[in-house]
Amino acid sequence: MGGRRSLESREQTRGLAFVAPWLVGFSALFVVPLLLSFAASFTSFELVETDGRSLQWVGLDNWRELVSNDDVLDGVLVTLRFALLYIPVSLLVPLALAYLLTSRNLWAKGLFRATFFVPSIVPLVAAMMVWQFFLNDRSGWLPRLFRSIGIDPPLVLGDPDWVLATLAFISIWGIGTAMMLYIAALDGIPQDLYEAAHLDGAGSWQLFRDITLPMLSPVTLFNLIITLTGLGQYFLVPFVLLGPDGNPEGATDFFTLIFYRETFVFFQAGYGATLAWAMFLVVLAVSALLFWTSKYWVHYEYEERP
Amino acid sequence: MTTVSRALRAREPRTNYADTNQESRRFLRQAGTTLFASVLAVGFVLPLVFMIVTSLKTEQQIAAQSILPQSPTTVVLSAGPFAGGEFEVFAVPLPSGELRSLALVRPGREASTFIDPRDPTTAIEWDGRWRALEPVVVLDPTFSNFGEAWSALDFLIVLRNTGVIAGLGMAATLISSTLVAYGLTRFRVPGKRLILASLLATIIMPGFVTIVPTYAIWLHLDLVGTWWPLIVPHLFGSAFNVFILRQFFLSISRDLDEAAMMDGASPLYTLLTVIVPQAKGPLIAVSLFHFLFAWNDFFGPLVYLAGVRDRQPISVALFEFFGLFDTAIPLVQAGALLSMAIPIAVFLSAQRVFLRSHGHLVGALK
Repeated sequence: MGGRRSLESREQTRGLAFVAPWLVGFSALFVVPLLLSFAASFTSFELVETDGRSLQWVGLDNWRELVSNDDVLDGVLVTLRFALLYIPVSLLVPLALAYLLTSRNLWAKGLFRATFFVPSIVPLVAAMMVWQFFLNDRSGWLPRLFRSIGIDPPLVLGDPDWVLATLAFISIWGIGTAMMLYIAALDGIPQDLYEAAHLDGAGSWQLFRDITLPMLSPVTLFNLIITLTGLGQYFLVPFVLLGPDGNPEGATDFFTLIFYRETFVFFQAGYGATLAWAMFLVVLAVSALLFWTSKYWVHYEYEERP
Repeated sequence: MTTVSRALRAREPRTNYADTNQESRRFLRQAGTTLFASVLAVGFVLPLVFMIVTSLKTEQQIAAQSILPQSPTTVVLSAGPFAGGEFEVFAVPLPSGELRSLALVRPGREASTFIDPRDPTTAIEWDGRWRALEPVVVLDPTFSNFGEAWSALDFLIVLRNTGVIAGLGMAATLISSTLVAYGLTRFRVPGKRLILASLLATIIMPGFVTIVPTYAIWLHLDLVGTWWPLIVPHLFGSAFNVFILRQFFLSISRDLDEAAMMDGASPLYTLLTVIVPQAKGPLIAVSLFHFLFAWNDFFGPLVYLAGVRDRQPISVALFEFFGLFDTAIPLVQAGALLSMAIPIAVFLSAQRVFLRSHGHLVGALK
């Protein structure tokens, strides 16, 4: 008995030794910074010290500023408005493409998969350099394409009413991974499921709704998580394409851009930490909600096995 | 008997109309689907085509607003009264209804003189405004933009910087992620569920959440402006890689490594001699993913290496280049193309690895 116990504890020690890098990293790079960030949100901490002002305890000032500041509210609204377009695009486009690219009627599948995947591995900054001029009203190809069929296109990047839709449109270049995951999942659905349901008289829409969608639901959950993660870190595209100030007219002043300016341009790191912590709370709440609802719509294969 | 009749039937020409009908309908369906997918695919990569075409243009060609990099043609006449002169060529509609490529030798307001380069001694008087004529153009791509973008970006230095950051980070994450995945799959680690949740948390949480104190610490250590803040975090494993490797380690049989342990091999020795040789595929996949991550990573290099030009990796160097030359459209497109070439080449040469790792990941999600 004693020997077995020591064997078990030795296994635990060894296991912990192997996992140790992660435990150290998680504490040092995540937990501790998170706590420090929380502490900093109650101070006047500045990244670069200006005119000899020292670090001061400011109580709830930063949090009060966060709640009452109109810019912050606008940043949240911009992010939410964008989410309404970005989330459907990031889920439906890869699903539709994966459906098309696994069709029995398609020739040269490998070529198509590679083609739709490639844009998602090019450097995003370079992709933005391309899109900026592709959409350019004077020399860009898209406005010219529209004009050639008699439509006068709006300034897709310069018009506050259009710019978020344009950003959502551009985001289809990033669907590669989600599409590949859907393709792998579609390829993995056993054909006999369809055949059995077909014999029972199910139509193609029913097959899609009752077999395909449930069988894809674990991948949908994953893609949704990745999409929301992307939304939380959505920074590069508006920053590179439209500058750090949320042009045009603040229509792309995402929460992340406000955070960047406060922290790394104005060096108001105490306030920046407050914004970051607010972001943490929101992401935490959204993920908790997502995982809680996933019980009801995500179908795991192993439940079916006896 | 049956074999013979089957053989006979096989030799018969197909006369079954229902059959051929079905087959041609299937063919049409396939052709239609493929055509539809092709149109979508062309639209999808059209911006890339735009980039390639534009990178081959001169500034004048941009101003001329043609789709392709074209230039007006000129000819040097070999004989006749205008021999030795170089003239622009236009597509001239002649009274006979013929459209001919003629050199404009004497432009006039309402009438001009043209010469057919193949018959340089005969002048052709033409009534009409020559400015309304279409110039005859030829494809005239320019390759100098790449050289200019190369030197404006300091491409070799940028490649070195990206290589060092990506290479060291890759080595660090390969070692640490393998150790962690091994520990999670082969040992009874207390709190395993919590550890898995912590891995997931770091995937979900935006990096912004922890950047303020992290940056302040690097600043305090006087290491802002160096590569360390971009490399050190990978020494502790990264969640995505741990998940991929863990999934693979779970799928390979324990028999071999348990046998090795029975023989008295230490866990580390077992990992290196039994597990790692079997996991070459996933380890290569993790390396490739890390390479693409490092090639693309923007926010970290932006805040830690702002203004430190000789240490910046490709993404930030490209951003600053874009800021400097944002009116030189062909140059910007050439720079974009340069920065895409390596990741695209890596992807195309390792497509299988990518496809397989997506399969693995889907396996892990179920």
